[in-house]
Amino acid sequence: MILGNPWVHGGVVGFVVVNFLMVTFAWSVWFERKFAGRMQNRPGPTEVGPFGLLQPIADLLKLLQKQDIVPDGADRALFNLAPPIGAILILASAAALPFGPGLVAADLDVGVLFALSITSLMVIPVWMAGWASNNKYALLGAMRAAAQAVSFEVPLLLSAMVPIVLAGSFSIADIVAAQSGYAWFALWPPGPGLVAFVLFFLTSLAEANRIPFDIPEAESELVAGVTTEYTGMKFGLFYLAEYVHTLVASLLATVLFLGGWEGPFVDGPHWMIAKALGLYAFIFWVRWTLLRYRADQFMALCWKVLVPTSLATLVAAALWKHLS
Amino acid sequence: MSPAGLAAIAFTAVAAAVALGTLIAAKFLAVRAREVPPTQGLTYECGEEPDGLAWVRFHPRYYVVALVFVVFDVEAAFLLPWALNIEGGGLVVMVEMFVFLGILLLGWAYAVRKGALTWQ
Repeated sequence: MILGNPWVHGGVVGFVVVNFLMVTFAWSVWFERKFAGRMQNRPGPTEVGPFGLLQPIADLLKLLQKQDIVPDGADRALFNLAPPIGAILILASAAALPFGPGLVAADLDVGVLFALSITSLMVIPVWMAGWASNNKYALLGAMRAAAQAVSFEVPLLLSAMVPIVLAGSFSIADIVAAQSGYAWFALWPPGPGLVAFVLFFLTSLAEANRIPFDIPEAESELVAGVTTEYTGMKFGLFYLAEYVHTLVASLLATVLFLGGWEGPFVDGPHWMIAKALGLYAFIFWVRWTLLRYRADQFMALCWKVLVPTSLATLVAAALWKHLS
Repeated sequence: MSPAGLAAIAFTAVAAAVALGTLIAAKFLAVRAREVPPTQGLTYECGEEPDGLAWVRFHPRYYVVALVFVVFDVEAAFLLPWALNIEGGGLVVMVEMFVFLGILLLGWAYAVRKGALTWQ
């Protein structure tokens, strides 16, 4: 603990980390739009500031000024509560994430479980929004989103258990320490670690509702899915939750499988952030390359491919740990 | 509660301040229609007037998936303490869990065979 008092420490480090997440979110949207533009042979945002760099600020101002509309017949309490609950949960899930040795808001013994359990709660605000909107598209999106989130939860947990087995600890700091000397779990042991990393990354995409698993939104079939009836800042908070979820998933994948803050020259938070942003950019690449899975396809993929594969990976990791 | 737990609560309070702060700012900055048009509160159905409430009946396959999920989630609750004790527990502990996983896989195979996880 850098600062003596736990409340002060959590608050100050929390302020820094939450700001990091928000600023990265805002400018990653700019980056994604530029990136998508280049992939589709168009320039992307250019008008606001040099290279369109001030676009996130313009977007924020626009969202703040939009009229707040609650549809007739909606469940007002649930409708208004869903966006802030989603944003609070996903920002809070970064509390146990260390960015360097000792650079952590809450050094929990069960850091991995804390992050995984809070991110898995994200299905609740999505469901609340879909149910409360009194919109058929929103409810369809919410039903499919709930089915997807609970299904992919199983391979996510099982693949996240591989580093826990290999390191023998729930603490993220211990898991990173177990990978020191470039024995990153994605590379070593050969086989189970890499498979678990790919599974964790794929299922994180599904949990964060990113293409190819953006079932709750599905803009070509369900208008805008669960966010159809949302306007202004409430819509903005859903948007924030989705991007921050992706970012937290990238950070988690970095500490669990890619050695955290270890890197050439000087170890430190810069390597942690660089690796996570690399994964994050890869997710954008995936988004603008692949198509969306159909509801029946992702169920088949999850239950018939990912669940047995992740179980086999866990067994292989346990055998490795026992024999070595 | 441990110091780390208190710090996590403080962290969550910061997150809550950010999320609620933006909503409160929007409350003051958002524009409001001077005259509320009669169609403003209608839900969006691609231009058609919405017919009835959205809360309709759903296919039972969602229920079946939730049931299978509960089985695997409870299994994860058993697996987590096991995952920490592979070195200390020795061969017996590990093989016992493999037997448990094997029984679970039989149930999984039954669900797949019955088509519980096949959507159309």
